[in-house]
Amino acid sequence: MILHTVNRSPFDTNCLNDCLEMAAAGSSIILIEDGVYAALSKTQFTDQMLAALPKHNFYVLRPDLQARGIQDCIIDEIEAVDYSGFVTLCTELDKVVSWY
Amino acid sequence: MIFSLAVYGAPFSCQASDSAYQFACALLEQGHRLHRVFFYHDGVYNGSTLATPPQDERNIPTSWSQLAEEHELDLVICVAAGLRRGMLDATEADRYEKPAHNLEQGFTLSGLGQLVEAAMISDRMITFGN
Repeated sequence: MILHTVNRSPFDTNCLNDCLEMAAAGSSIILIEDGVYAALSKTQFTDQMLAALPKHNFYVLRPDLQARGIQDCIIDEIEAVDYSGFVTLCTELDKVVSWY
Repeated sequence: MIFSLAVYGAPFSCQASDSAYQFACALLEQGHRLHRVFFYHDGVYNGSTLATPPQDERNIPTSWSQLAEEHELDLVICVAAGLRRGMLDATEADRYEKPAHNLEQGFTLSGLGQLVEAAMISDRMITFGN
């Protein structure tokens, strides 16, 4: 399966949407850089994320959450990982596709 | 496992360089091999030895250079993207009769074939776009 990275905020670009439309069911998606804003629990994109949660494994990069001060405001079901966890995900999955 | 990274973003403009650098450190920490870091598009600015941020700020070109020295990394700047943006080594400066060159230690200029080769050799290729 593929690991997708999304590094743009859904408030800025259609990057997350493009990824969600293309990603096969069961694939993994990690939100990094400004992409972490998609993990916020009370925004106009939260329902879209909640709908996608059963289809994919979602992760979010903790240092990028902390840099933006939003580590306590994210959807519970999204797992926060550090860079080491990001590397491990890359090794566990077959390929990495970056959306930017 | 063998990794290679492609960096498309300029330092101090977007987060791509920082993310790629942190990712590189984490994978080396885990004992993986980093075959090559390829800098393309505005990512070529990662190799400018003339970048002079304030002294209490991180210096991204220097950080790459130090990591390359510690781990014998291959830091490659796309020559076509680099020349257009004024990234020159001594050979290119001489060839085009420019008054200076500005490639940070540890970086080399080479062709896009190095990106293809990196993708073929490596188990994982990770792109950090801007």
